[in-house]
Amino acid sequence: MITLNINGQIHQADVTPDTPLLWTLRDVLGMTGTKFGCGMALCGACTVQVDGQPTRSCVTPVAALAGKKITTIEAIGSTPAGKHIQEAWRDLEVVQCGYCQSGQIMSASALLAGNPHPSDEDIDNAMSGNICRCGTYVRIRAAIKQAAQNAQGAAPAHNAAGGA
Amino acid sequence: MGFERMIERSLPAGLSRRAFLKAGAAAGGGLLIGIGLPGLMGGAEAAGKDAAEFTPNAFVRIGRDGRVTLVMSQVEMGQGTYTSMPMLIAEELEVPLEQVTLEHAPPDNKLYGNPLFGVQITGGSTSVRAYWVPLRQAGASARSMLITAAAQHWKVDPAACHAERGEVIHAATGRKLKYGALADAAAKLPLPDKVALKDPKDFKLIGTPAKRLDTPDKLNGKAQFGIDARLPGMKIATVAACPVFGGKPVKFDEAKARATPGVHQVVALDNAVAVVADHMWAAKQGLAALDIQWDEGPNARLKTDDIVAQMAQAAEQPAADALAIAKNEGDVTKAAAAAPTKVDAVYQAPFLAHATMEPMNCTVQVTKDGCDIWTGTQVISVAQLVASKITGLPLEKVRVHNHLLGGGFGRRLEVDYVMQAVQIAKQVDGPVKVVWTREEDVQHDMYRPYYYDKLSAALDDKGMPVAWSHRIVGSSIIARFIPGAIKPGEPDPDAVEGAAETIYDIPNRHVDYVRHEPPGIPTAFWRGVGPTHNIYVVESFIDELANKAGKDPLDYRRALLGKSPRALAVMNLAAEKAGWGKPMPAGSGRGVSVQFAFGSYVSQVAEVAVDKDGSLRVQRVVCAVDCGYTVNPDTVRAQMEGGIIFGITAVLYGQITLENGRVQQSNFHNYQMLRMNQAPLVEVYLLPSAEAPGGIGEPGTAALAPAVLNAIHAATGKRLRKLPVDTAQLAST
Repeated sequence: MITLNINGQIHQADVTPDTPLLWTLRDVLGMTGTKFGCGMALCGACTVQVDGQPTRSCVTPVAALAGKKITTIEAIGSTPAGKHIQEAWRDLEVVQCGYCQSGQIMSASALLAGNPHPSDEDIDNAMSGNICRCGTYVRIRAAIKQAAQNAQGAAPAHNAAGGA
Repeated sequence: MGFERMIERSLPAGLSRRAFLKAGAAAGGGLLIGIGLPGLMGGAEAAGKDAAEFTPNAFVRIGRDGRVTLVMSQVEMGQGTYTSMPMLIAEELEVPLEQVTLEHAPPDNKLYGNPLFGVQITGGSTSVRAYWVPLRQAGASARSMLITAAAQHWKVDPAACHAERGEVIHAATGRKLKYGALADAAAKLPLPDKVALKDPKDFKLIGTPAKRLDTPDKLNGKAQFGIDARLPGMKIATVAACPVFGGKPVKFDEAKARATPGVHQVVALDNAVAVVADHMWAAKQGLAALDIQWDEGPNARLKTDDIVAQMAQAAEQPAADALAIAKNEGDVTKAAAAAPTKVDAVYQAPFLAHATMEPMNCTVQVTKDGCDIWTGTQVISVAQLVASKITGLPLEKVRVHNHLLGGGFGRRLEVDYVMQAVQIAKQVDGPVKVVWTREEDVQHDMYRPYYYDKLSAALDDKGMPVAWSHRIVGSSIIARFIPGAIKPGEPDPDAVEGAAETIYDIPNRHVDYVRHEPPGIPTAFWRGVGPTHNIYVVESFIDELANKAGKDPLDYRRALLGKSPRALAVMNLAAEKAGWGKPMPAGSGRGVSVQFAFGSYVSQVAEVAVDKDGSLRVQRVVCAVDCGYTVNPDTVRAQMEGGIIFGITAVLYGQITLENGRVQQSNFHNYQMLRMNQAPLVEVYLLPSAEAPGGIGEPGTAALAPAVLNAIHAATGKRLRKLPVDTAQLAST
């Protein structure tokens, strides 16, 4: 039995230690918001955050996650960065088929949480591991910038809370 | 899917024909309006269809709670249908868009077929074109009945009442009644004989960038794609089909697979082996443990070069029964003989996989009493039919629960993965979700056909084309997809779409098609279908002619577009916005394309930069669109942006190749997709238009390749006639 801290809750999963987090989430724990795209960390559809870092769950064995805090798309909206990203995604109508967007939002939220003023180059670096077959890149870039601006507008509270 | 041609055939009077409506009480209360679509009712509608035979293709239900539910079969795969269809109803019914819910229709061709095809298909950029008039008529009729019901209640003249935001209002007295309170009374009223549709200038919703109704759940993990289906007791299976098409398994180590923790069962099919387990990881481990040995069959030595050599030969010496003339105007031979200049070229387009982000998957439960299928498909009733055949169950015992599609692009017009899952599920106790690995998805796709095109043009002494010949060699998807649809001697209408008809004024034209089915690789529709291939060829070749004539490619096209004012207008707009003619740095260039396809006019100007080593970057794409009346302009922009990215992926990277009968590509490291750091700036401009709506899902992809190839020529002087781009050829020595 493997113990995992997911979205602030403790879960037990009866899987072998080498089982990737992706399949543990989707097939064992029933959290299907995290998507399967390639199985080789090539497309980013399965991105979750582990202690705030964007992580490809398809190649992350559950054994590596003891004592770590896992955040998935189901709960990212309760983080300040995740909320701003979701709102900007909605405002700019980023989404088409939507399948890759869980991963896009997890990567973008991690970027924004760690970098309140991402440049184009920062966006390229943070987001180029996430493939979108519908081709929503143009809007993803714009939405990240808008989310950063909105977060800035709401900044005093976050600054106080987030410190440097 | 030769979609344009099929549409022309099914709609002899154009797209504005009247739908047939029927009104009555909804089960559970409220007003129900059935919408019968002309294309599905044969010729009978012209004479007036007997009411008893009336079978609606879509329903609008107005409940006692005032909620408006639209039941129809179009699926959402990112193109915005789940928003544009409700917009059409909401506009005439006078309800806020948020008050409309779209409910997916169960599989039934008679009830829910796409009026343009007669079966339940979402494809060919047809949804808005098919439902543009019928849904508005249904909304207007319902509104009229609700107004009458209110007027009767108040004992006033209906003409003194109007509808607004889900209510009927009697302005003189200020009285109001909500639709929910009127729905039962309205259901008892006769359907009005005639309702006037709104003048487009009075549209409040159509033409505005309405927020997509499917977006919120796609931001928080709640949206349910086929792969997200979960059922009590469900097992997960993954599968390996013979890596060579036409081969079969001969030996595998079942015991070793079953020894893997979590594995329950090994299921052998004719051409594949599946492992059924508690979860995907166990199934994958079990599949790897099987160590399957294959009888690779007759295609074991097949390679792409052999197929291309066969096609080149078919282009020179086509078999008589494979050749069909698509267009013959004037006298090409005579005109060419008299012309001073000739230009010849051969273009090639590769096999392509779809690589939808959601890999193929299908969940099935077969019992002796029925078969349930949970999946995402563009052809729900075909899925039902094949499952019925495999299980031996009658159609009504097969229930398809359709889901959101994690990308379609034509891949989910095929039901191979549904058939396979049903075959597996027949041997499994309880529900089983069959999920393909990405490797399986890439190596067992049904591929965009390889095309081999041979062109020849003759130019007059001013360099303008007086004769144009185009021979297209490639497989016929329509012949497989709709058996009997193509009569002997007729070309596949999809394979020649975008080539047979032209926007250009060229006096002598001959276009023919040679059907050539490659051995050992299945072919299918891909985003942009025929036009994606043909526009690439035609728009590249026109550029070649301009080069030969020593003229600016834009001016050259302008001179040929005298009879296509809408094409000329989009091209001029794209050129103006792109700054056509402004100097660019060395190694950079601009290219243009212009087209009419799927009922829409699109022009793109691409800017590329080529490095000394030949590496290439598409820096900017400017796109101008005239797609007729626009239901949701933001969706049009989004489809163009996405179609352009899809097109760049194909131009830069897209090719499936065979060696020893096996597809050599397997995952995103060797079947690459464009990524964020390579994405260009994209600008989309819409030309306002009052014409009937055109399709928007596919034209953006079709227009891209030639614009980029023409830009490469402008940057380097090199003309590439084969996709994807071979950067080695672009390296400057």
